[in-house]
Amino acid sequence: MKKQSSLLLDAWGALKQNKAALFSFATMLTMIFLVIFGPMLSPFMIDQTDWYQLSARPSLASGHIFGTDDLGRDLFVRVMHGGRISLMVGLVATLVSVLIGVSYGAISGYVGGKVDAVMMRVVDVLYAMPFLFFVILLMVFFGRSILLIFIAIGAVNWLDIARIVRGQTLNLKGKEFVDAARAGGVSTTKIVYKHIVPNLLGLVVVYVALTVPQVILVESFLSFLGLGVQEPLTSWGALVNQGAKQMETSPWMLIFPGMFLATTLFCFNFIGDGLRDALDPKDRTRQND
Amino acid sequence: MPWIPKTERGKMTNLFTAQNLCVDFTSRGEKIEAVKNLNFCLEHNQSLGIVGESGSGKSQTVLSIMGLLESNGKATGSVVFDNKEILGLEKKELNKIRGRKIGMVFQDPMSSLNPYISIGAQMSGVLLNHTSLNKAEIKEACIEMLNAVKIPNPKQRFDGYSFELSGGMRQRVMIASALLTKPKLLIADEPTTALDVTVQEQILDLVLEMKERFSMSVILITHDLGVVARSCERVLVLKDGLEQETGELSQIFYNPRAAYTKELLLKSKEIGADRKQSETKKNNSVTTKIKNLTVCFPIPKQTFFAKQEQLVAVDDVSLDVYEGEILGVVGESGSGKSTLAKNILRLVRPTKGEIELFGEQLSLLDKKQMKKARKKMQVVFQDPLSSLNPRMTVFETLSEPLNSFYPGMNRDSIEKDVQAAIIEVGLGDELLGRYPHELSGGQCQRVAIARALMPKPQLLICDEAVSALDASIRSEIIELLLGIKQKRKLTMVFIAHDLAVVKKICDRVIVMKKGKVVESGDTKDVFYSPKEAYTKKLLDSVPVPDPDLEHEKYKKRRLANQAKKNL
Repeated sequence: MKKQSSLLLDAWGALKQNKAALFSFATMLTMIFLVIFGPMLSPFMIDQTDWYQLSARPSLASGHIFGTDDLGRDLFVRVMHGGRISLMVGLVATLVSVLIGVSYGAISGYVGGKVDAVMMRVVDVLYAMPFLFFVILLMVFFGRSILLIFIAIGAVNWLDIARIVRGQTLNLKGKEFVDAARAGGVSTTKIVYKHIVPNLLGLVVVYVALTVPQVILVESFLSFLGLGVQEPLTSWGALVNQGAKQMETSPWMLIFPGMFLATTLFCFNFIGDGLRDALDPKDRTRQND
Repeated sequence: MPWIPKTERGKMTNLFTAQNLCVDFTSRGEKIEAVKNLNFCLEHNQSLGIVGESGSGKSQTVLSIMGLLESNGKATGSVVFDNKEILGLEKKELNKIRGRKIGMVFQDPMSSLNPYISIGAQMSGVLLNHTSLNKAEIKEACIEMLNAVKIPNPKQRFDGYSFELSGGMRQRVMIASALLTKPKLLIADEPTTALDVTVQEQILDLVLEMKERFSMSVILITHDLGVVARSCERVLVLKDGLEQETGELSQIFYNPRAAYTKELLLKSKEIGADRKQSETKKNNSVTTKIKNLTVCFPIPKQTFFAKQEQLVAVDDVSLDVYEGEILGVVGESGSGKSTLAKNILRLVRPTKGEIELFGEQLSLLDKKQMKKARKKMQVVFQDPLSSLNPRMTVFETLSEPLNSFYPGMNRDSIEKDVQAAIIEVGLGDELLGRYPHELSGGQCQRVAIARALMPKPQLLICDEAVSALDASIRSEIIELLLGIKQKRKLTMVFIAHDLAVVKKICDRVIVMKKGKVVESGDTKDVFYSPKEAYTKKLLDSVPVPDPDLEHEKYKKRRLANQAKKNL
């Protein structure tokens, strides 16, 4: 008898054969590792000004390998610190919104009827709230904090996912394998999580790959308006924003954070593509058959 | 030696000649030969039937002629149409021929019309590209053609959309748009496979009528020998891309030479055979009792304040299913047969009425009791691919009912049961790790049957379980079902629109029309001495693989139509 396989095991096997996705995965891991431990390797602090090196070029001799900004702060340390915020916002906010969105949409679509109507009207109401107004309101009530950015972004992003997932679920619900599962005595919860959700994964993964970069950009937009992270803390979006202002005099201020941001976005796209193919048994080229 | 016809003048006037036609596909470095060295030709005004099972290359043959092969496909050889080589023509040149001199009708009228574009706009597209007519003239031509294919109110339909039409009407629209340019050749790829028998009859008659009226040739692709017997003059039999036999209709049917043709004929006649003997006794106990069942679905309201209207899918149906019998349920699509099945399974709740299963009233059961009741009845659906979850392996699919009905069953005994089940349906256990798309249609259906058998049910409902399968696979699956029924002493409800199958295997039949039971009784009584006019009509419209019989029927229908017109 053949070795038992399941969707996730097979997906992992297929993902291992996808060079681009695997390389991106490795790159992302390295990057996460670097932003966590990078600042410890550097002798400089995030808010420490080097008075003799204002807007200095990158050089190994001075120890500022990425150069410094116009206030003489070490850019390497700042990019690493910014990475912590940006990646955390991107990953955590997306994860939260996907978990909520997929469950909400799948349940709403599968149960249908009045439950669906009520659940979707709730989404409509939340949709109608202007995003900036919502963020400002949160700031006013709870004071400024990074956590609020997570909540704000997460609270808005899951609405999209819920809508898309609901539409797909309505489509899947009519399929005969769902009827067969019901006739097989499978409970509603199990049908949603074993039959509906796995068939949505391809769609969700692509959406996530698009959402992570988008969330990182939204955060930088909030920071730009003064609603996001505040000095001396920073994020990639904020750094790119500052760098863009000094592009002509000190281009390294744009190049380094920009490079990290772009690499992340690329990696997520490749990972997303790879995951979608890997999760779809039809797209998988099976070598061991 | 390819058959080359000669006319009285002794000159070759073939409209169409294919010589050494080969179609290859390259997929992942492998070369697959779909069509091998095919030679056939077609005279003016002639109809050719290409017969074969799925995978025989019959569709690929015509797609290669039309230049519609997938990008990894390649056609070689020679195809001469209207004294011109058309294989390998530039797209621009080809577009002058296809749509203009060759019209094509596809299988699924639901998906070959764009739901977002009005029927008129879709039809006029053909004329806009191929003629220099102005808008008013195009509209006139389209309406005239819609009238020719007997669509009521052609003027209104011209501005309507495809979703407003039934399947048969859509196929008429497709035929009308294919005929707009008065092509010399009409290719129809399984034009009636997705339609009901009564509609099939009308569409086939229409094709014949149009063929005479516009004096064109027709290539009809089908897997159904009955359809060929009804509407073709010559036949080409294909298997695995190879020509098995080609000849005149009567020769193929009454004097077949190739072994494969004989086999096909035998099979199609065998399916139409009678039930050997009825095993049920009338005094068997009743397993399922349906009393005055009515099911309504609300029709979506057009405006918010409109009155809620109901679609009555099943209308006051009462019936008994006896233990150990096979009860056939037949009727056209929309007659409520599937809704009836879903009610017995309680996938849909009845609006009125009561279903009693093994002495238990289903409506009185709570969730837990319902689960227990579900164990006793299982279902096999029509489409083998969509009835299996594409993301679950065969093993996961088969073990699911065990997990839900017998929670806490240990892994070893689950594996053992699954293995036993897959062997019982005639598959090897090496398939357990595969996904549905890696199986053939017949294998998928066997897995679906195995899943239905997992909880050891007493009642098996087959909802068009063999309708989507090829003839030879269909008879295999039927044999399998009958064998399992014998061995496990099952009671079966067999829902089908294919009357031949029902005639062969069912003990009793009920005929449904628009949610109502029109006629019911022993299979023999219903088939040989139908009481209701509707049953007679339904039985008459089944195409039989016997050309003489079919021609007689066709003549009769024409006479009847003529008489109706004169009235």
